[in-house]
Amino acid sequence: MNRPASHISSIRNLLANSPDCASRFLWSADNSVSLQDALLGTSLDGRILELAGRSVLLAAHDQLASALAIMELDGVARRLIICPPDVSPDHIPALVDQAEVDAVVSDRDWPTIGQQRSPLHVRVSSAVAPAKQVDVDPVATEWVLLTSGTSGVPKMAVHSVATLTAPINGSKGSQQGTDVVWGTFYDIRRYGGLQIFLRALLGTGSLVLSHAGEKPADHLLRLSAHTVTHLTGTPSHWRRALMSPAAGAIAPRYIRLSGEIVDQAILNTLRAVYPHAAIGHAFASTEAGVAFEVNDGLEGFPASFVGGQGEVEIKIDDDSLRIRSARTATHFVGHDNSALADSEGFVDTGDIVEQRDGRYYFQGRRTGIINVGGLKVHPEEIERLLNRHPAVQMSCVRSRSNPITGSLVVADVVLRHPTDQHVSEIKNDILEICRATLPRHKVPAVLNFVPALNISPAGKMARHNA
Amino acid sequence: MSMSIKSIIISEIQRIAADEGKSLPSLTDELVLLESGLDSLAIAILVARLEEMLNLDPFTDSDDIYYPVTLGDFIAVYEQAGKSHQLDSQSSR
Repeated sequence: MNRPASHISSIRNLLANSPDCASRFLWSADNSVSLQDALLGTSLDGRILELAGRSVLLAAHDQLASALAIMELDGVARRLIICPPDVSPDHIPALVDQAEVDAVVSDRDWPTIGQQRSPLHVRVSSAVAPAKQVDVDPVATEWVLLTSGTSGVPKMAVHSVATLTAPINGSKGSQQGTDVVWGTFYDIRRYGGLQIFLRALLGTGSLVLSHAGEKPADHLLRLSAHTVTHLTGTPSHWRRALMSPAAGAIAPRYIRLSGEIVDQAILNTLRAVYPHAAIGHAFASTEAGVAFEVNDGLEGFPASFVGGQGEVEIKIDDDSLRIRSARTATHFVGHDNSALADSEGFVDTGDIVEQRDGRYYFQGRRTGIINVGGLKVHPEEIERLLNRHPAVQMSCVRSRSNPITGSLVVADVVLRHPTDQHVSEIKNDILEICRATLPRHKVPAVLNFVPALNISPAGKMARHNA
Repeated sequence: MSMSIKSIIISEIQRIAADEGKSLPSLTDELVLLESGLDSLAIAILVARLEEMLNLDPFTDSDDIYYPVTLGDFIAVYEQAGKSHQLDSQSSR
């Protein structure tokens, strides 16, 4: 798959040609690294040559360490699997197996996974040490991102520097000056955050990284201290920021939303609070890449986006949005392209849209996946748990729209003995089991007892998502 | 009316915190919501429960809203919505 070296530019090659690297930085909550230091040094203890040509699992706790490892490994590793911080340890062996991982880069001790051949372990840190420059003919590294939409082992979507950077030129936010400071509420190991990391590196700016568990006010004050100019996140990230007393501490010139359905209220509020900012929202997913940006201040997108012949082609088929472009992932690891795209190369996003008065509006997900503040929830996983309760006959978990997190999880439950006098105790019992078993965003926010649930003619439970 | 909205909100906040085993600081009007121990998921759940109890959803009913910073702001949004709700139902009689 690797093209001849002469055609390949690694992130480091591209960065080496860009100006002012000494005065551009990656800032984390407790550290900072100039791009020049990152370019000339090593965060991998000088062991980069050992990783050449390998399939590398990047599973570090620290986000800055991950950023530095990505910069160092692109063009060197054959394949780079970028694990977000919340990937379940239970899924790691399957990822290692499917992606033929033969090296692990981490900032922790790495447990031996019961295998014959243990992968090479290289430690990464957020401190950069000076290093001798090594000359490696760059290879076209596969960048593998994990999708958050599956309930079992995450799927591994294969990208490249080419697919990931294709959306950057011509993007409204990429009009840059030398004083550009990017910030994002995302983690850069998710597609939405990785886009911003690459925009910062390949543009002219610096980047303020998010920090897991940091209070919104502390994050905003940190963004303010670095005079952030371009700031991105999901609508839920932005609503949380606007509820912080530190919301007024920042004055971004460009605000971008993605990753969830954007409603008119959040756009209007951002315009009122940040009157000098250009505000846009983008449709993007790990599989489909960045499909389009909407910069007219309105929710949804113009119907004229559909059916054109531009760089990104958009069609609506069976009510869902489908994308064909050079920005989509090329395939999933271990599968051919047909698992990702149809025979014409269109990726079905699974997002249902409806047209009204010359504009399309997002209605939710075809599969019933519920998006709670950017975290995806499979109704079936919660239904399985509810149905195990001895008092429960059947259950239906659905989405309910919410002005703070976009959606919440709601459960409708049919009891075996609906006349049971202890319904409120049963309800408390069910919810307690949910709280003990599930992450918080999956626990039903509202649990209703209903007399019956609708079954479709095909024998499936009819799902109606609000 | 306004007294009851405030007390319903306070008791619902206490119930959500108790469900999640969190202790709360004293619930004064000046308390910054996000520093009360409630994160945005907890506030989302609060908004959903209040819609059921009060039949008010002020953050969805308008496209022009300000997100509340303090508990006092939050309560005021519901009290305001409660008043206009009452007026609406009076005028429609």
